[in-house]
Amino acid sequence: MFKLFHPNKIFQITSKAPKYVLFLFVVVLSVGLTEALILSPEDYKQSDAVRIMYVHVPAAWISLGIFSSITFLSISGFIFKNKNFFLIAKSLAPSGFVFNIIALVTGSIWGKPTWGTWWAWDARITSMLILALFYAMYLISWRIYESEEKVFKITTLITILGIVNVPIIKYSVDWWNTLHQPASINILSKSSIHSSMLFPLLIMTAAFALFSLLIFLMKYNTELIKVKNKGLDRL
Amino acid sequence: MYGRKVKLRFLFVVLILITLILTTFLVLKSLEENVVYFQSPSEIKALSELDKKKIRVGGMVKKDSILINSNEVKFIITDFKNEINVSYTGAIPNLFEEGKGVVAEGFLKDRNFFSASKILAKHDENYMPPEVKQALGEK
Repeated sequence: MFKLFHPNKIFQITSKAPKYVLFLFVVVLSVGLTEALILSPEDYKQSDAVRIMYVHVPAAWISLGIFSSITFLSISGFIFKNKNFFLIAKSLAPSGFVFNIIALVTGSIWGKPTWGTWWAWDARITSMLILALFYAMYLISWRIYESEEKVFKITTLITILGIVNVPIIKYSVDWWNTLHQPASINILSKSSIHSSMLFPLLIMTAAFALFSLLIFLMKYNTELIKVKNKGLDRL
Repeated sequence: MYGRKVKLRFLFVVLILITLILTTFLVLKSLEENVVYFQSPSEIKALSELDKKKIRVGGMVKKDSILINSNEVKFIITDFKNEINVSYTGAIPNLFEEGKGVVAEGFLKDRNFFSASKILAKHDENYMPPEVKQALGEK
């Protein structure tokens, strides 16, 4: 399995794949936006404001998913002393941070017409803001430490501290009274979102996931070039 | 199969995680009052003493309870066990409706009367097109 991590082989993939991923992203995003903004019905209660949800929810999902992934990768990298895991985590983080900010901003834009406020210090919104702060700490710590050993340890610690917050984000709406509504989509029980609205939501999620993949491949490619420039043929 | 160091590092991470989860749990448990965004009418009823601080009360707007008098709005927040009367002057959010969720921020006059300085509409988790809502209503 560790043979796969030979940078020259991965480099061949990461340098060619982005253009195909970009093409796929543009196609899926166009379908998704057409569905979300034009074809899907308006909500019975919030009418067109519901369309913000097609950006808000996928962005939130992906930022949570990416944070969980970088935590898993950092811990694995720390335990097995594998540099490659850290480089993958580092390349994933920026798009997760961007989607976290998008989720907060679109939530705020949606909150004003529906709730009547831009911001509320409720458990879901505050915990999501804390996640953004952890992302920021993670990204900054890659820039401020010169020694690789140090960066690996510090970023692992930041992800471990941050991951405790992830289940709090997920269950905040069930554990406490929050202004934010509980989840509409449940894997085990019936979802409370109509199928005509679920479909564009899933397409938009696929589009955002492809965007993250695209940014990841480009970032990871750069990291591999850096490794190659140092004259190392293995990680 | 793995070296001793690898096992120790694994144990180290697991211990940090357990400690963090337990600490967070304890902190949140003891701060529960401040973590909740609003209290329900039943919780207000159960208060041992009335708070002079600004608080939030949330629940459903009771059916046929909204009274609009020039620019003063009166309505009843219910959690289907207890109720609380709310009076409010100011702008109302679009989604404020009878039978829908609401959060009122303000001061308690007594256990039954609440003077709100801000009203937020709480949206529920149901998303559907108007036709579906109509069909559901006819059933």
